[in-house]
Amino acid sequence: MYQKILLAVDGSEHSKRAADHAIQVASFIPQSTVEIISVIDLSKAKTEILHGELKQKRQQALEEIKSCFEKKQIAHQLKIERGDPGPAIVAYANKNNFDLVVIGSRGLNSLQEMVLGSVSHKVAKRVHCPVMIIK
Amino acid sequence: MFLVIMLNKLKMEWFGNVKGDILSGIVVALALIPEAIAFSIIAGVDPMVGLHASFCIAVVMAFVGGRPAMISAATGAMALLMVTLVKEHGMEYLWATTILTGVIQLLFGIFKIARFMKFIPRSVMVGFVNALAILIFMAQVPHFVGISTMTYVFVALTLVIIYVLPRFTKAVPSPLVAIVVMTIVAILGGFNLRTVGDLGEITKSLPIFSIPNVPWNMETLSIIFPTALGLSIVGLTESLLTASIVDDMTDTSSNKNQESRGQGIANMVVGFFGGMAGCAMIGQTVINVKSGGRGRLSTFVAGIFLMFLILVLGDWVVKIPMVALAGVMIMVSIGTFDWSSLRTLTKVPLTDTVVMLVTVITVVATHDLSKGVIAGVILSAVFFAAKISKLDVSAKESEHRTVYKVKGQLFFASVEDFVNSFTFTEKQDQILIDFSEAHIWDDSAVAAIDKIVLKLKEQTSAEVKLTGLNDVSEELLQRLATYNKPNARASAH
Repeated sequence: MYQKILLAVDGSEHSKRAADHAIQVASFIPQSTVEIISVIDLSKAKTEILHGELKQKRQQALEEIKSCFEKKQIAHQLKIERGDPGPAIVAYANKNNFDLVVIGSRGLNSLQEMVLGSVSHKVAKRVHCPVMIIK
Repeated sequence: MFLVIMLNKLKMEWFGNVKGDILSGIVVALALIPEAIAFSIIAGVDPMVGLHASFCIAVVMAFVGGRPAMISAATGAMALLMVTLVKEHGMEYLWATTILTGVIQLLFGIFKIARFMKFIPRSVMVGFVNALAILIFMAQVPHFVGISTMTYVFVALTLVIIYVLPRFTKAVPSPLVAIVVMTIVAILGGFNLRTVGDLGEITKSLPIFSIPNVPWNMETLSIIFPTALGLSIVGLTESLLTASIVDDMTDTSSNKNQESRGQGIANMVVGFFGGMAGCAMIGQTVINVKSGGRGRLSTFVAGIFLMFLILVLGDWVVKIPMVALAGVMIMVSIGTFDWSSLRTLTKVPLTDTVVMLVTVITVVATHDLSKGVIAGVILSAVFFAAKISKLDVSAKESEHRTVYKVKGQLFFASVEDFVNSFTFTEKQDQILIDFSEAHIWDDSAVAAIDKIVLKLKEQTSAEVKLTGLNDVSEELLQRLATYNKPNARASAH
């Protein structure tokens, strides 16, 4: 059970917590692998160019998450996608037959969430396998 | 061999993503119509000028641009610069200015000026987009404020459609749907609203080649050159910013000098075909890439399909109420504004905030984005020089000698501090000036060293030695310094 785990991260505090939980789940299951997916939001490209520190922050957070996995010796792989985060995560999860998707409950920007709806909500609704939303 | 590689690259850039490029090109063409019309109205010219320009620029840039998938057309940033020229001198001069803009940009490209774009700091770029957003918004105000209650209602409804529709479907650009719906409502409801047709003519025609009818002399040049130079700077600023956004979105690179040359060629062509100067559009480009556009074909399709739409729909375009167009432009300005700059306003260094605000204020006061960019760049350079000119000189005295340790960058802005750090009252036999943590940059620095060494020699009996110079500083000193030449005397500087 839960051999193939997909962890969706965006560099926020919530996604770091989600990573902790994914590590815990994986450590209980022998031979499980975690794939970490980070979707670069194309709508935020302008903001990231104008504020280079945002990009740095995101990359730093990814490094942090990766080092957590290394410390606990959990088999993992990083996958960077570009596009609309919700649909991109859903498409990737469904295409590759994951057993479990782990995702933080909210991302970096609550205002955009209000207008566009939350990514975790979209993922929970449309992914075929069980989804673990970390509050 | 080289030719084969070139051809393959070209083939990839054109036909590497045919389906995605055609679809995204169509989406962009639809989204371009309202903007091209609105920007024409901002510039004070017929909507056809902006539409023809958008068609020409997009098609030409598909071939000669440096960044595949970037959308270039008539833009607000450029339109704002033309207002005065159009009002005072008329269309023929605008076309001549457009051609000259192209020539200047072509030269910028050939002489690789694009690389100097890296001297435009991020805070100036933020100021640029924020000022642009504010100006586009301000240009819309006369179209709906203080006319009637109905105009407010129309603008509000337009904005509701634009922002709510994408929650249900993203197949058609919501601004276009908003325009169509509001036009139908305006016609059926018989509301007496000002339309695009009231502000200019839409002719269902292709652009025609013509040479601007202006006297080709120095007087004309003195009229059009300042505007053309401003347009060149603004056009390249927005285009190179947009290009880096596309680079980032697609994780590919682009040739910024080719982009500059391409924009020059496109604007020269546009000027001869009765259009206004244009550049890359951030908003439309993001739409293009998000809709799947990756290659040159997407830009080409956007231009061709835009022209096709105008030829077919020309009669309807004149019936668009100005308030609906104003609504779309308010959305454009909201999308252009960098909202995260408000959040980071207090977090970034104060100097960055000041540079950003000065850029915005300069633009809003002069309605000229190029002046804002120049003011911002100069101010950041001054701040940078001030920051880096902090020089630290510490003296350590022992029985026989004094050692001065210099830390920092020695150049025109820091020499005064440097000179003032010396007392010239040493009684020891030897004075050592240690430059191991300093760098000597220019002749002001060398002159200051000259002055100090000679003055020390004159006013003390000590032997003066310089140590720890790095190779570059050493060489500069060898070349320019006079303290070690015979008969040298402390000069007045």
